[in-house]
Amino acid sequence: MTAAVYDEVPLSPPNLSRRKLPWWAFLITAAAAVLVTWVLFELTPVYGRIIFVLVTGALYLIAQTALSVSVEGWRHAKNRLMTSLLILAMILAVLPLLGVLGYTIAKGLARFDGVFFTHSMRAVAESDPNGGAYHAIIGTLEQVGIATVIAVPFGIMVAIYLVEYSRGRLGRVVSFFVDVMTGLPSIVAGLFILALWVLALRMGNSGFAGSLALMILMLPTVVRSCEEMLKLVPVSLREASYALGVAKWITIVRIVLPTALPGIITGVMLAISRVMGETAPVLLTVFGNNVINNNPFDGPQASLPLFVYNEVLQSYDTAINRAWTGALTLIIIVLLLNLLARAIARFARVRG
Amino acid sequence: MAKRLDIKDLNLFYGKFHAVADVNLSVPPRSVTAFIGPSGCGKSTVLRSLNRMHEVTPGARVEGKVSLDGEDIYASSVDPVMVRKTIGMVFQRPNPFPTMSIRDNVVAGLKLGGGQDRKTLNEVAERALHSANLWGEVKDRLGKPGGSLSGGQQQRLCIARAIAVRPDVLLMDEPCSALDPISTLAIEDLIGELKQDYTIVIVTHNMQQAARVSDQTAFFNLRAQGQPGHLIEIDDTEKIFSNPHEKATEDYISGRFG
Repeated sequence: MTAAVYDEVPLSPPNLSRRKLPWWAFLITAAAAVLVTWVLFELTPVYGRIIFVLVTGALYLIAQTALSVSVEGWRHAKNRLMTSLLILAMILAVLPLLGVLGYTIAKGLARFDGVFFTHSMRAVAESDPNGGAYHAIIGTLEQVGIATVIAVPFGIMVAIYLVEYSRGRLGRVVSFFVDVMTGLPSIVAGLFILALWVLALRMGNSGFAGSLALMILMLPTVVRSCEEMLKLVPVSLREASYALGVAKWITIVRIVLPTALPGIITGVMLAISRVMGETAPVLLTVFGNNVINNNPFDGPQASLPLFVYNEVLQSYDTAINRAWTGALTLIIIVLLLNLLARAIARFARVRG
Repeated sequence: MAKRLDIKDLNLFYGKFHAVADVNLSVPPRSVTAFIGPSGCGKSTVLRSLNRMHEVTPGARVEGKVSLDGEDIYASSVDPVMVRKTIGMVFQRPNPFPTMSIRDNVVAGLKLGGGQDRKTLNEVAERALHSANLWGEVKDRLGKPGGSLSGGQQQRLCIARAIAVRPDVLLMDEPCSALDPISTLAIEDLIGELKQDYTIVIVTHNMQQAARVSDQTAFFNLRAQGQPGHLIEIDDTEKIFSNPHEKATEDYISGRFG
């Protein structure tokens, strides 16, 4: 019945389609931008590769917007312009990163050999082409390892206190100090341990002193990231667990922490990556060493950032090469740890 | 097994806000009691106070007495964890544990509440899933995450999880409000079966559902916005829906409310 009534109403289709530029129009625009810039550079005294790229980019953006406005209208032109700007921002952000990585790899490969990873700098002159960073790698792994073993459980416990237990002023005070510590300059942490542990308590320079300084730097990062992750766990999950008659601490350990685990691992990795390359606090507390010292609790140790710092100060190419390879090794260690953490996070969850 | 609940002079607060005033009612064993009433009248709050979930909310406070077969669950010597083992709860939104498989979700209460051997847990899981009418749908994928099920299946998983700990009382807070009519029907049938063994209290916004599943119905209302909610009347469901004592109940049920 109603269908018949509707049949008699004349159709008035709305115009939903629009004029759209084909993809190759932008290719041509780009080519034209390059061409115009080239002509410009030939005719005027302007020169320089970076200027060329900048001028081409600016010309392309202007041409693209003009073209899009004339064919597609303002809204689409703005969309295209913003998209281009966002892609540009992404490239600008990634470029230095790739640059650092590529340059370090290129420079570091010169000494990326067996000797480097199996020898220390004992009885090696700075002008010698051999010598290695074995002692520094051992030092860094031990110092950061001990700092992680202390800071991570400690930090997670503080975060659990803040999210699950604190109700009131104490929690806010702790939270405030954690925020303050996040901005603590690393050298201050080093000075603190130097004054308290190394000098006042007369414990002397050791890898462990460095671990304490690094632990101070890791702690706020671990606490903050864990706190945010624990807050993201829905209240409904905690209530579901309580409603089954599960005690609060078991709920936290078996429900809340596993749910937040991937985020917590990311936070811990951020903290480790942050302290891995610290030089100043390590210099003050661990002091540096040219020979292998496997014991982090007794006497000065080496560390990779210190090794790089020392080598880069020398005027010999052989030393500079060692510095680059040391930097490359540092990047590789952080990268491997990241991959390991991702693998752990993946295996920890239920697979569907 | 099934136990009776008696609520006496119950007053509930969120901080300074007086949410529910002076509730008195009894829930007999092996029956279904429905709580109905407009939004914000405190029926969910009352339900949550019955297994001491109300106090989980920061600032929440309880006055009055709730007794389970004569024992006051708010007595100072009572452990809320034991209360919640005895009085289970199903929530409005299905909330399976995302890090656990379907099987582990069902036996989570037993597993986390103290060790039992694997064989017992598997048996309990199967029995609970059968009771929740979910076994046939999930028996081939017990190892998959609980979140991989559909909404209706997840809610039945949560019911299975709640009955796996063998509580005496089961509280349900709008268990079907997020579900389609078929899943709703499945859960209503399930409530009818569970009634044989459990005391059930269900909060619902769906009047037909209350009429279908419950033996007695309690109607809650607000005098005005900002005032505490209170119990208007409680009676046999048949009576409430055909010939209620109070005018307010009749108005609400017949849709003349507010």
